Amino acid sequence: MSAAPVALPRWADNALVPLVSAAAALLVAGLVVVGIGENPLEATALLLRGALGSAEGIGFTLYYATNFIFTGLAVAVAFHAGLFNIGGEGQATIAGIGAALACAALSAMPGFLSAAGFLAAPVAILAAAAGGAAYAFIPGWLQAKRGSHVVITTIMLNFVAAALAVYLLREIIGRTGSMQPETPDFPAQVLLTPMHRLLAPLGVRLPATPLNTAFLLALLALVAVWLLIWRTRLGYAIRTVGANPRAAAYAGISPAAVTMIAMAISGALAGGLAVNEALGVQHRLVLDFTAGYGFVGIAVALMGRGHPVGVGLAALLFGVLYQGGAELSFDKPTITRDMVVVIGGVLILFAGALDGLFRKLVAGVLGRGGMG
Amino acid sequence: MNLLQTIAVVLDSTVRLSIPLICAAMAGLWSEKAGVVDIGLEGKMLIAAFAAAVAAHVSGSAWAGLGAGILASVALALLHGFAAITWRGNQIVSGVAVNMLAAGLAVVLGNAWYGQGGRTPPLDGAARFGELALPFAQGARTHVPGLGLIYDEVISGHAAPAYLAFACVLATAFLLKRTRFGLRIRAVGENPAAVDAAGISVAGLRYAAVAICGLLCGLGGTYLAVAQSAGFLPQMTAGRGFIALAAVIFANWRPWRALGACLLFGLLDAVAIRLQGVSLPGIGLVPVEAIQALPYLMTIVLLAGFIGKATPPKASGTPYVKER
Amino acid sequence: MSTAPSPPAIALAGISKRFGAVAANRDVTLAVAAGSIHGIVGENGAGKSTLMSILYGFYEADAGEIRIKGQPRRIRSPADAIANGIGMVHQHFMLVETLSVAETVMLGAEGGALLKGGLAKARAELTRLSREYGLAIDPDALVGDLSVGLQQRVEILKALYRGAEILILDEPTAVLTPAEADQLFALLRALKAQGRTVILITHKLREIMAVTDTVSVMRRGEMVGHFVTATTSPPALAEAMVGRHVLLRVEKPPRERGAPVLEAVGLSCRDARGSETLREVSLTLHAGEIVGIAGVAGNGQSELLEVLAGLLQPTRGVIRLDGKILATADRHPARLRARGLMHIPEDRQRSGLVTAFSAAENAILGYQRDPAFGTGPLMSPQRIAAHARAAFAAYDVRPPDPALSTAAFSGGNQQKIVLAREIERHPRVLLVGQPTRGVDIGAIEFIHRRLLALRDAGVAILLVSVELEEVMALSDRILAMCGGRITGERRADAADERDLGLLMAGVAEEAA
Repeated sequence: MSAAPVALPRWADNALVPLVSAAAALLVAGLVVVGIGENPLEATALLLRGALGSAEGIGFTLYYATNFIFTGLAVAVAFHAGLFNIGGEGQATIAGIGAALACAALSAMPGFLSAAGFLAAPVAILAAAAGGAAYAFIPGWLQAKRGSHVVITTIMLNFVAAALAVYLLREIIGRTGSMQPETPDFPAQVLLTPMHRLLAPLGVRLPATPLNTAFLLALLALVAVWLLIWRTRLGYAIRTVGANPRAAAYAGISPAAVTMIAMAISGALAGGLAVNEALGVQHRLVLDFTAGYGFVGIAVALMGRGHPVGVGLAALLFGVLYQGGAELSFDKPTITRDMVVVIGGVLILFAGALDGLFRKLVAGVLGRGGMG
Repeated sequence: MNLLQTIAVVLDSTVRLSIPLICAAMAGLWSEKAGVVDIGLEGKMLIAAFAAAVAAHVSGSAWAGLGAGILASVALALLHGFAAITWRGNQIVSGVAVNMLAAGLAVVLGNAWYGQGGRTPPLDGAARFGELALPFAQGARTHVPGLGLIYDEVISGHAAPAYLAFACVLATAFLLKRTRFGLRIRAVGENPAAVDAAGISVAGLRYAAVAICGLLCGLGGTYLAVAQSAGFLPQMTAGRGFIALAAVIFANWRPWRALGACLLFGLLDAVAIRLQGVSLPGIGLVPVEAIQALPYLMTIVLLAGFIGKATPPKASGTPYVKER
Repeated sequence: MSTAPSPPAIALAGISKRFGAVAANRDVTLAVAAGSIHGIVGENGAGKSTLMSILYGFYEADAGEIRIKGQPRRIRSPADAIANGIGMVHQHFMLVETLSVAETVMLGAEGGALLKGGLAKARAELTRLSREYGLAIDPDALVGDLSVGLQQRVEILKALYRGAEILILDEPTAVLTPAEADQLFALLRALKAQGRTVILITHKLREIMAVTDTVSVMRRGEMVGHFVTATTSPPALAEAMVGRHVLLRVEKPPRERGAPVLEAVGLSCRDARGSETLREVSLTLHAGEIVGIAGVAGNGQSELLEVLAGLLQPTRGVIRLDGKILATADRHPARLRARGLMHIPEDRQRSGLVTAFSAAENAILGYQRDPAFGTGPLMSPQRIAAHARAAFAAYDVRPPDPALSTAAFSGGNQQKIVLAREIERHPRVLLVGQPTRGVDIGAIEFIHRRLLALRDAGVAILLVSVELEEVMALSDRILAMCGGRITGERRADAADERDLGLLMAGVAEEAA
């Protein structure tokens, strides 16, 4: 990310600036709401009630947040290596295909499923991660060995993945006789347990929501990424390459190797989107299940400043916006859920590209106008 | 249909499908030649398509639609410029933001105004650009065998913005190569410090290039909604902004080559549509997706340096900061 | 001198400029007589370039007045400067490599919306200027294809094309051989003879003495003295530059050198463009000696350091460490470090440090795999911080706070962080590039003493520095480099500057 011309205390830089830009983005969204003739305060109240006002709402919110944690972490890990991975959508698509292929293989082995069914879900999850990792490794390799810019190649590969998915779902792994481009239902053993069913034996009664154990995986991924980036030698290497590739070479760290490894990790994390959606909720692979979550991940990573705590909080914010937005559009048909896409776009602009402006604003308010 | 007629029909649809690509590619060329990377071509075309459809519907004039499309697109372009030039923000991030903003805003506003899930009402009559028949088209078709058919089918019979798009290629090539403004744009994309030292405003040049980029995206988006289709549909740009980006890379940032790349990609698209559901002897059912993925794959192969070499303007993507 | 003196071509009064907390220029006053060559000397970071950037309109001064030929002028942009007849040849050329020479020269002075007429005029004018000053150049050549010397020629032509009356040159000889520099000086004298005014910024006293009429000295952002060149001397200028009498001779007791440790035989290397940057370089480093490399920047010294440090693969040649040939796989920074070959890189900010990291994290850069700093794949922040605290105490790094961002340290303290990191590991071979670049006087003495102590302790040291005086003061042996080749060797106690200068210029070459 760009160099900071304004010096700020760390707390302001890491917490206040993202908060101010998020608030400004919501303000812009409020103006759009006013523009289409609705009351933004009423809309906000409806949105919050829809997202957080009931156990069911919270369940949905956390289900959406799960997707954003995975895609946000994917972008964040690549950021730390100085790479901008815009290919989350494509990587999640291929991850879904990986999971679907694993499920097809497992379906063909009923003996294995009945004998060691508990292994089925981990196998499918690993297949998804491997699919995402492999598909992100390609632009990583192209960048490291051939100098092709990762931004352009990941954009191009998103479209290639989409075309590939259409072809495979229609011609090869699709449900026979179905007009929908989708796979047959996955075997029961690979499916992730919904939270309401997981917690029921403990006496916790929850309404049925799509929230499933993928959420726990996402929380685990947050911790794992924090450990990776700030507490491991690999993380040190990743951050060195990201901040100063020449210094990395001087330190005996191979920028090429780190680029490929970081992209693979990033792609594996993007694969978490397929785990939540395909294995956790839809129980089959449908076309376009990525639904833009990969792009919102960019907003999540930028607002979260690439730190797992920030990514978690930003993912939660977008979970609230998605779930609340769905409820809101039910009550107010003039406000569609695409409002969240607007907010995502504005937030990427404010927390990412206009970071300098917001840092200067915050610095001005704090009374330490820098030199900018 | 005989072979010549089939070819003429495919070439005609090639031209139609190429127009938005040509506009966006010239747009990207201007921006990147000046050192501002723009992956927001897609978003600018989309917002232009939406604004043009709305304005054409409201006013009943396709030309008013074009004006509104250009205004909306230039506004987004200047927003990108504000982030990238004035605030030296990350240009990729800003481009992503522009794309999301446009995709969301068009649907939110379209739905609020027309309640059809983001679609705008169908356009007809003067609210839509009609096909212009060039002089002697009909006569040439009947009297000149072969060439006359090509003239009538392929060259004649397109909407006004289509001819404008080709004029823009000519203008781009001329301005960049032969004028003072073009020389300065070429210089500022390679070494902005040299331009600054020569007493020319780096920001001024880059804003100008970004505005031209917005104008051309506006033309392309308007063509989509008010000429090719009869109204706006959500996601109607369908990745054309990115194919245009690919065309610019493919053309090594040169206008005429970019035109060639756009026509090639348009041809691929036309062939894919033509072959949809067609079973060819020896191949069987043609995997249309493979043809659709071809522009992207070709660009990746090119970027990897396996065929030729893509050399972007040296300063593209980097904000200009005076050295101390 | 005429009896009624015309106003100075340039008069600066009370110029001040701050960048954040740093005062780059403080109350600077300067007068340059029309038709003279005026030198401005000072150490790196003394504020010379900032002052000239203000005069050229790159920055606006916070305070002060600029007068051109007696008239007060506001110069807020290079366009204003150009309009006032000021031209500047920048240290980093302001050229566009993809344009032709004619296009580059006319940029900003195209003379019309269409290029056609302007191009014809530029070609004609270039031919005329070429003839007048002996600056031959092909107007249609691509700038990127020209040699560094010719690119500088384009920079000068650019200024002359605009009819500059006042020409500023910022460290113009850093990229030139002494012979090319002499050509440049001849040109400057010719310009002066035509009545133009020249301001020459340099930190090389030899050039000041050779070509200027008057000279001003800057130190830490302030103007500390104005001299007439004919009546001053290098020692007097040097004293003004550093603020006290400089002891360039460092206490260096003679020492018997030990066994050969690092040997290079026939090293050659090519850059990305395919031109040879190293040609058949052979050298031997013995334990307990400092071998200095003398050369004009860009003559292969950087490549030599990088090849020996395992950062660059040579196209030919072998390297022996302790008598054993290093295989390609062994010529890797991490493996070389493990065998006691440490490297203080030429540019600490570009490759020796990650300025965004904390000081503690930089104190282990290159040693991040050391088991002492963690367990298995995990790292221990406590142990890393403890290590840094100890190292910073031993090297007097200020402030001694390992958690602080490295960007917050001064140049000298950043260099000490690098130094501490590499020296504390008990190297047997130490490669040192520009050890005191951008470092304050106190730290320079500290660094020099450390390097000599290492030599006395038996370390084999290779020293690369563009400061010839530093090379002469610290080395036991000096190798001169020119055009990627070693052009000669001298014992330090028998070397003199003129002799080395000839070797550095490649004028005199002997079998190395």
